[in-house]
Amino acid sequence: MALLTINALSFVVHDKTILNGLDLTLAEQEIHALLGANGTGKSTLAYLIMGCADYQPTTGEIRFQNQIINTLPLHIRAQLGITMTWQEPARFEGLRVEDYLSLSKGTSDPSDCLRRVGLQPELYLQRAVDKTLSGGERKRIELASVLALQPRLAILDEPASGIDMLSLQEIVDVIQTMKKSGTTVLLITHRQEIARVADRASYLCGGKIVATGDPDIVAEQYRTRRCLVCDGKQCRA
Amino acid sequence: MPNLHPDLLTALYSVYPDAAVLRNRHTAHLVVEGHQLMSQQTIPGVEIHTEETEEAIDLHITIAEGVHVTYPIHTCVGLLAAQGSQHIRLHVKLERNASAELLAHCMFPNAELVQHVMEATVEIGQDAELRHTEGHFHGPFGGIEVIPKANVHVGPGGRYFSDFSLTTGRVGKLQILYKVETAENAVAEINTRVFGHATDEIKIQDELILSGKYSRGIIKTRIALEEEARSEVIGITHGNAEGARGHMDCTELVRDHAVAKAEPIVNVEHPLAKVTHEAAVGTVDQKQLETLMAHGLTPQQAVDIIIMGLLR
Repeated sequence: MALLTINALSFVVHDKTILNGLDLTLAEQEIHALLGANGTGKSTLAYLIMGCADYQPTTGEIRFQNQIINTLPLHIRAQLGITMTWQEPARFEGLRVEDYLSLSKGTSDPSDCLRRVGLQPELYLQRAVDKTLSGGERKRIELASVLALQPRLAILDEPASGIDMLSLQEIVDVIQTMKKSGTTVLLITHRQEIARVADRASYLCGGKIVATGDPDIVAEQYRTRRCLVCDGKQCRA
Repeated sequence: MPNLHPDLLTALYSVYPDAAVLRNRHTAHLVVEGHQLMSQQTIPGVEIHTEETEEAIDLHITIAEGVHVTYPIHTCVGLLAAQGSQHIRLHVKLERNASAELLAHCMFPNAELVQHVMEATVEIGQDAELRHTEGHFHGPFGGIEVIPKANVHVGPGGRYFSDFSLTTGRVGKLQILYKVETAENAVAEINTRVFGHATDEIKIQDELILSGKYSRGIIKTRIALEEEARSEVIGITHGNAEGARGHMDCTELVRDHAVAKAEPIVNVEHPLAKVTHEAAVGTVDQKQLETLMAHGLTPQQAVDIIIMGLLR
């Protein structure tokens, strides 16, 4: 059964078309990788699903659990079970990691969530989610916050950027843990080794999904820029 | 517990939940209501001397050479009446290689028309260290004018850390004037955290004079404003000696119709000194807000968490 259905979604800003009739369906407990070159609208799609400020669909509809959510405020979408992690996560002066991982009622144990992303609780729980954390540490804490939330849908925007090669398997394990706990994951990534954790993958180009299917096949299409829409011209942007 | 007026105790607990520590015979303290000394306790190595007059009260605290005071020294000052004034002249001296923490609790729970003036002179001897934390509680009425002034001299190798906070209740009118001068290899840190509401007016001028070689200092200011509150923050740092390093870091968050102004002044008079500054004045950061809302928090809950974190 579909958890999220996006039909004919378009997004035009300052006369520039970012998304152009995009269709996408995510099943319950699916990991779905979204691949595409820089500037093809992957993050824009994430902001539209989440309902960020200044991101309202121009046309089309976004359905979550069969409810149209186009005009719902961001926090209401979150309360329905949607969350996202940003490519460059925000930093918060004075907000301790332990408190950040306990923002929502009924969340999992913060220490356990930190361990699952490869961070030792005794070293991180009392630290602030501020600029003293490295980019990689901040990313891991963001993933830990998703584990703590246990949402229905997690949109992960480039979760592996800033993470060293040796730790990529940890990120893959975390994404699989999310799935096991009942979360559907929309995984936006450039890295094929991360995309391969997905059940399915889609290739975004020219504001549309141009291919959906087996992650290995779609990742190979993306790597070689075999795009049927733009013949690789926009994909190389 | 010293024999204090119940209202004063209630106010004290509101700014300092661990106020029962005043019972501890190993803890030095002073309690002053208006210009009257209500309670005093000294401990070995800590000399306290007071002089009461109608216009002011003088408080002298001296830490003897080489004495490291284990528990913080508490100074509880305030005024219970709705109207009146309090003028305190505080003289703190740390002799060579001494160290202490001074916890000041300033309570004006019923203030409707009150002026509180604090003039402090602080002398920190060679290799001595003072941590001075000052917390205020002004009640809900906003009818108070608070003027804390401090002149601090940090001797060679000395260390001075101050933390002024006024984050609960109304501010009223606040005018802080701190001037800190550092000798060779000395370190100074001036922290200020204030949350302004309604028609509160906040003026802060922190001045750091890095006179000694290789002395270092930072001025860190965190202000949150809502409704019609206004703030003006002036940070001044002088780099006057070889190897002196200074930094000013000011963040002011504004909401509603509040108005904030930040003015960093850098004055470097030695070619081998360096002073940097950063200031951010504006509304709550959208990405911070959306990140918290993506955890299910309402916009108001998200803003509250951002502000409380900033002022922590």
